[in-house]
Amino acid sequence: MLPFTMEKPESAEAAIAAAAGGARYIAGGTTLVDLMREEVERPERLVDINALPLGGIRVEGDDLVIGALARMSEVAADRNVQRLQPLIAESLIEGASPQLRNMASMGGNMLQRVRCPYFRMLDAGCNKRTPGSGCAAIDGLNAGHAILGTSEHCVATHPSDVAVALVALDATMRVRGPEGERSFPIEELFRLPGDTPHLEHTLLPGELIVELRVPGGPYSRRARYLKVRDRASYEFALVSAAAALSVEGGVIREARLAVGGVGTRPWRLRDCEAALVGKRLERPAFEAAAHLATQGARPLQHNHFKVELLPRTIVRALEMAGEVA
Amino acid sequence: MTVSTIGNPMTRVDGRAKVTGRARYAADFNQPGQLYAVIVSATVGLGRITGIQAAEVERMPGVVALITHRNAEKLAYLPHKAGIDPATGERLHVLQDDTVRFYGQPVALVVADTLDHAERAATALRVTYEARPPLVDPMDPKAESIVPDTRGRVSPDRARGDADKAVAGAPVTLDATYEMARENHNPMEPHATIAAWSGDRLTLWSKSQYLVNEQAEIAAVFGMPVENIEVICPFIGGAFGTSLRTWPHVTLAALAARQVGKPVKLVLTRKQMFFTTGHRPRTLQRVALGATNDGKLTGVVHEGTGETSRYEQFMEALTAVTDYLYSCPNVRTQYRLTELDTGTPNHMRGPGEASGIFALESAMDELSYKLGIDPIELRRRNEPEKDEAENKPFSSRSLMQCYALGAERFGWARRTPEPRSMRDGRLLIGMGAATATYPAFHAPANARVRLLADGTVEVEAAASDMGPGTYTSMTQVAAETLGLPPERIRFRLGRSSYPQTPSHGGSWTMASVGSAIQAACIEAQAQVSRLATADSASPLYNVAAGELEWSDGRLRRRGETTGISYREIVAKAGAPIEADGSAQRDPEVAERYSMHSFGAVFAEVAVDPDVGTIRVRRIVGAYGIGRVVNPLLARSQCTGGMIGGMGMALMERTVLDSRDGRPVNAHMADYLMPVNLDIPELDAHFVDEVDPHVNALGVKGLGEIALVGTAPAIANAVFHATGTRVRSLPIHIEDVLTA
Ligand SMILES: Cc1cc2nc3c(=O)[nH]c(=O)nc-3n(C[C@H](O)[C@H](O)[C@H](O)COP(=O)(O)OP(=O)(O)OC[C@H]3O[C@@H](n4cnc5c(N)ncnc54)[C@H](O)[C@@H]3O)c2cc1C
Ligand code: SF4
Repeated sequence: MLPFTMEKPESAEAAIAAAAGGARYIAGGTTLVDLMREEVERPERLVDINALPLGGIRVEGDDLVIGALARMSEVAADRNVQRLQPLIAESLIEGASPQLRNMASMGGNMLQRVRCPYFRMLDAGCNKRTPGSGCAAIDGLNAGHAILGTSEHCVATHPSDVAVALVALDATMRVRGPEGERSFPIEELFRLPGDTPHLEHTLLPGELIVELRVPGGPYSRRARYLKVRDRASYEFALVSAAAALSVEGGVIREARLAVGGVGTRPWRLRDCEAALVGKRLERPAFEAAAHLATQGARPLQHNHFKVELLPRTIVRALEMAGEVA
Repeated sequence: MTVSTIGNPMTRVDGRAKVTGRARYAADFNQPGQLYAVIVSATVGLGRITGIQAAEVERMPGVVALITHRNAEKLAYLPHKAGIDPATGERLHVLQDDTVRFYGQPVALVVADTLDHAERAATALRVTYEARPPLVDPMDPKAESIVPDTRGRVSPDRARGDADKAVAGAPVTLDATYEMARENHNPMEPHATIAAWSGDRLTLWSKSQYLVNEQAEIAAVFGMPVENIEVICPFIGGAFGTSLRTWPHVTLAALAARQVGKPVKLVLTRKQMFFTTGHRPRTLQRVALGATNDGKLTGVVHEGTGETSRYEQFMEALTAVTDYLYSCPNVRTQYRLTELDTGTPNHMRGPGEASGIFALESAMDELSYKLGIDPIELRRRNEPEKDEAENKPFSSRSLMQCYALGAERFGWARRTPEPRSMRDGRLLIGMGAATATYPAFHAPANARVRLLADGTVEVEAAASDMGPGTYTSMTQVAAETLGLPPERIRFRLGRSSYPQTPSHGGSWTMASVGSAIQAACIEAQAQVSRLATADSASPLYNVAAGELEWSDGRLRRRGETTGISYREIVAKAGAPIEADGSAQRDPEVAERYSMHSFGAVFAEVAVDPDVGTIRVRRIVGAYGIGRVVNPLLARSQCTGGMIGGMGMALMERTVLDSRDGRPVNAHMADYLMPVNLDIPELDAHFVDEVDPHVNALGVKGLGEIALVGTAPAIANAVFHATGTRVRSLPIHIEDVLTA
């Protein structure tokens, strides 16, 4: 690990000023410190934001508002979260391990780095870590990599679970920067790799995530997160699906669907959602909709199975959501 | 009355020290003024070092030395091979030349005042190479298999009858190939060595399962007298075989400490534990079976190939179980190696047998479906009366009792034979069974017992306790033999200066060291008896040896109650009474019997038919292992082994990038093994088995067999659940997705 300085300002203004001057925010540190130890991340200056009043979870009308510093474990255990947006709670519990969830913040979760193994190895080509150095994964071992949204420069999946749920639920993010505050759909935070895979998000220099806002909808309660993986815990998704349904008289009125483990960012499936609306809450409708998910999929040498697994995961997640009383 | 402690479920004597953090592991023995070393590992898979930009790194903060092949001391590397070292080939010589044999090989060592400084400099060091593409995939057409040179240790080929002809002409046949991934041991505790020289004497606090060999190996590497080295390792945080051999990092720590003139601490990173400290070799196996319509085996062919390095031929007992497991007049086994540009593999829990039995027991399961015979019944029909390969009786064999007990506890009767016929809601349920077996090894071992005047007893042996509970079980043996409560015994291990013992592996510690301790205790009693009967002031003066009885810490005349306590005898003697004992297997008995443990393992899995997730719901094992010294420890051994077997069946796989040989998932988040949520109800039972031949204690060993058999039981259950036969481990979601 390289030497660095760390400051812990009491005001957001001071933190933002430091970050605008090139410092990096640190919240739980579970992504950042991990990568600093391996010199994949090499910040010289850190701003510890844990003294800022960015925690807490509150309800505003139909909206659930989650502070950027709220811990994953805290959010997952929150009664309002469980009651109003069970999808968020479930996707959090399925992520990482209890120890990590106790440290990891919601803001940090949105900006966690990819889990591509070559990204972590300084002696491998990786355009995301070292622009222009190539992508070792494309012709290497890529069973865990993406089939959607890839480019010839990077094929890494976005690893977050809860981001999949947030994207499905049309959550928005409020950020504050040197120029003031703005809000935007979380989906817009994540960039596709294109030919600039080292640019992962759309935050401007110095911008601080303040909170996440999840609007309530008629589908919010009938929602499930399914994470498919080879062991029961402490593994990133091979494929995951967040499904939320609003049903009246056995007919789907509204649907929200996003998937993880397959895309270079949390992947919303609007075509599948549209295909579900007006259909009976039955497996054939799920299968027909899920079938659309793999359109445009570009599997790599070792991850063809994801093309098969993705629709199956969606069908099952929809079934699970449909079973919610 | 004799205090009986053998057979009691005594809790671990070292448990409190472990959970309170007082147990000291190798890396805990920090020395005053010690420096920190970090290895720089090769980033190419094959080639030559062409440049090392040393100057920049030598100037970095805190750096005391940068040691490379250019400035490292030339080491003696005298010939030395223990039983755990490959018989053929020569160990890796570290920092002695510019050759890179495999990805991750140490190419430099940074020594600095702090760990941070050493790590930083190690990351900064630029090494250039002339690289060639390595060959790391045994499936590569360029990979060739060779006949291993066993130097007479065992034969790679064995045959009785004409197996190929018998299979070809059999009414029912099965011929299939099985593959198993490379695995790394991944114990919790990383490899660690602290080396300190004092003149020409070297002390190594070093994680080791074989202290006296670490001492001998380092003596050979440095060309120095064995007596000048002491290896200390009182606790091990799991090892599973990775610390049986003495690997290059131990040499590096000692070399660095000598070069800088200060104690040096060297701890491997998790990633480096995938490079130079061995692995379970990837294997490819073919099994061909021929049987009559009523399920009697007529021919068995088992051909297995394991990977090894280019510089050493690592061999394991891959096909050995097939020679003796079932009755069949025609059996042929064959063992080959594929030399690859990787580090040398080594033994990993259940070595060889665990891999080989996956193939054989999968094949037996496949055959049972072809025949329409219950898998357990198929094994019963082929149960041998003796070891047909050696033409000797088994010293004991309780396989059928194990199947009976296991089947009852597991509820095998509820199983419906058709694949995909059992469900729990949407989930497909499968039940599978497999045989487990492992040799009941024994090796010469020594121990020392010291009776002290305060009534306590010290027992010493250069043994290890990597988790099975050696501290506790040896305490029980001494307590039982001396007729004392276990609280009065202090058993010490983990020092090479203690009496010599064999490696702590191969399930022979209880048998070998336990027997040596028993012998030392008996010898101490003999000394005490001599003193007591020679002393005219003693109540036992002139009592004949045959009339003496030893119980409750007292020596008395048979039938009398008083006698004399040995505490008094020791006090009278004026000095502790010390006795050495040793044990080895009677060669005549060894010649007469075939000695193995046997077991039956049952697994139930649930497979999600939509998304292919496989979860193990329960495992039941029943084992015949001779005498059980401590049922609590034995159970714990078994559940640990079952979890290892689950990892082998469903998760563990070290994946190498064929372009440069790098292990891509050298990380605890990427190398999957079971976590708590994966671990179901695990149940271990022991059949009553008395084996008077194996050793004086009648114990057969348990650590290894506990892993053997679990993987095929799970694979067979997956087939029963899905109807898809997966012949390659680990079985992942994608393998059953189309089921
Ligand atoms: C072994 C392992 C397994 C994991 N498994 C999973 C999993 O299964 N599913 C899953 O979803 N996640 C998983 N994670 C990721 C984990 O959830 C993230 O590491 C965590 O959420 C990051 O939060 P943090 O507070 O620790 O972030 P930090 O490490 O502190 O920061 C991460 C990044 O976010 C930036 N940042 C933090 N807060 C703010 C803010 N308020 N405004 C602007 N920028 C900010 C930092 O500058 C940094 O770039 C795993 C992590 C590990 C190490
Ligand atoms: S997939 Fe992306 S992160 Fe992985 S090596 Fe390629 S560029 Fe780097």
